[in-house]
Formats: sequence, structure tokens, C-alpha cells
Amino acid sequence: MKEFRFAVKNTIPIFFTYLFIGIAFGILMSDAGYSILLTTASSLFIFAGSMQLVMVPMMTSGASLPSLAFMAFFINARHIFYGIGFIEKFRRMGWRYPYMILTLTDETYSVLCSVQYEADLDEDKAAFLIAMLDHSYWVFGSFIGACAGRFLQFDIHGIEFSATAFFLVVVVNQWQQYRSKLPFLTAAACALGFYLLLGKEYFLIPTMITCLTALILLRRPIEMREGIRNE
Amino acid sequence: MNNTLYLIAVITVIAIITWILRAFPFLLFGNRPLPKTIQYLGKVLPPAIMTVLVIYCLRATNIGQFPYGIPELVACTIIVILQILKKNMYLSIIVGTACYMILIRIV
Repeated sequence: MKEFRFAVKNTIPIFFTYLFIGIAFGILMSDAGYSILLTTASSLFIFAGSMQLVMVPMMTSGASLPSLAFMAFFINARHIFYGIGFIEKFRRMGWRYPYMILTLTDETYSVLCSVQYEADLDEDKAAFLIAMLDHSYWVFGSFIGACAGRFLQFDIHGIEFSATAFFLVVVVNQWQQYRSKLPFLTAAACALGFYLLLGKEYFLIPTMITCLTALILLRRPIEMREGIRNE
Repeated sequence: MNNTLYLIAVITVIAIITWILRAFPFLLFGNRPLPKTIQYLGKVLPPAIMTVLVIYCLRATNIGQFPYGIPELVACTIIVILQILKKNMYLSIIVGTACYMILIRIV
């Protein structure tokens, strides 16, 4: 129960983001004529916000399965990098292991890598509940959108900024925790460089790959700064 | 009916691709002990990824055209200042998002 309360507390910002983006997805799907059941099922199984929002107009225009597959790869390729910090943690989690891997979205990733577990908590249980709550907010939002979307009249445009706000808060906290600022500066330089070079649609994957390579090359100065000993 | 089958096929394909991408590092390293480089990356990638994600979220901002990205800039500045001064995640997110939502309506 302690763990549940802790997980709720740490996922409140995600609750708002997922609920409203989920509702937006549900409305899109119901406008495109898809059933409540399948709309909810796609959120349950895919659980990848931006891809789901892109797939609706693609399906409406009758896109082929290979082109949807390519798009899914392209949009979600960033997830390849998320697991790297959690391999050892998730491995210890027994039956929860596959679930933790498959629900590692941007938002769950950012909660899990910024959360400060209280000393008396079962960490694995808390992490699992965080992943599960995020997942359920998303499924719930889509369900609401699919059922009642057209009756919801209030204007919530801009609420999606809460995800950006959350990520920014995590970066500010990390900036204060990490002694070496090189990971931040490298990432910002790569992202801005490729953004200017390739534009907003294509900069993400080259950024991730270049940043990963640069961080490997910068290992010595970063580890010295962070005080990690090399034996 | 056809439409339903199409959607089921789409969900299956997208879910499988997303799952493979998420599982990739876990499949790659299986149950073997992690190489030192990967342990190191596990520690330094989070701040790098989060920095990239912030920029990724702001990618649609058009600074060459009215309102020149002012709502984003103001909201982000407020979030950073609040978070440094008050260290309260909820306050920073709520005030920042509210500011953004107001600014995109009035400017």
C-alpha cells in the first residue's frame, strides 16, 4: 500500500499528460469510425503515444502494413536506448521483468530514472506500480476519448505541454545531481546540430546515435568528474 | 468488417515492432554480466536522453514566425527557475503548463 501511494504520487504529472493525450487519441479513433474495444486494445498493446496518434490518419488514408511498420520503427527507435540503464534492475524483477520492458515509454522512463525511492519501500514493487499506473492512465484516457470524446467540449489544447514540463524538471534535477555536465552538453549539442541540419522530422535518431558514440569517447573525463574509479 | 481486420493487423504489427525496440538491449545482453561500457552508459545516458527528449518535445516550435516560440520560452524559463528555487516538481509543472496554455491563447 505504501508502494502504491508512492507510485501515485510520482506519476501525477504523467496522469494528466496521458489522460488528455489518451482522450485525444480516443476521439481521433472514434471519428475515424473505429470501435471502443479496438481503440482501447491498441492503447493496451501498443502503448506508444506519438505512434498511435500518427497511425490514425495513416489508416484513414489506407496505408499499407509495411509502411505502418516502417513508421513504427522510425518513431519508436529511440526506445532502443532506454533499456540500457535498466538491464540489471529489471532482470532482478522476476515475473515483472517482461512487463517492465514492454511498457518502457518516454514518460515511464523519465519517472524511473528520476524517482528517489524512500528507504522503507520495496523498490521493485514501486517501480512496477509506476509502470502499471502509467499504462492504465493511457488506456483509461483512450477509453474515455473513444466513449465520450464528442461530448467533451472543454478546450484543453496545450495540456500536452505538461509532458515537456515534466521532462524539463527531470533535466533540472539531474543537472544538480550530476557533477559532470558533459552528458547534458553533448546531448544538447548533438540535438541542436542535427535539428538545424536535418529538420524536425529526422533529427532524433542521428542525435541518439551520435550522442551515444560521443559519450563512449568522453568516458574518461566524465568518469573522473563523477568520481568513478577505473581499476 | 474489413476495416476491423485491417485495424487488428495494424495493432499487431505496430505492437510487435514497438516491443522489439523496447526489448532490444535486454535481448542483446540476455543474462550475461554487463560489459563495463554498458554499465557506464547506463549511468550517463539518462541525463543525455532527457535533454534530447526536451528538445524533441519542442521541435515543432517555429521561432521564425509569430509568436516566435515565446510561449515555449517563457514557460520553460518559469519551470527552470521555479524548480531551482522551490524544488517542487508539481508546482513547476502546473505553473509552467498553465502559463503555456494561457500564452498560446492570448499571444
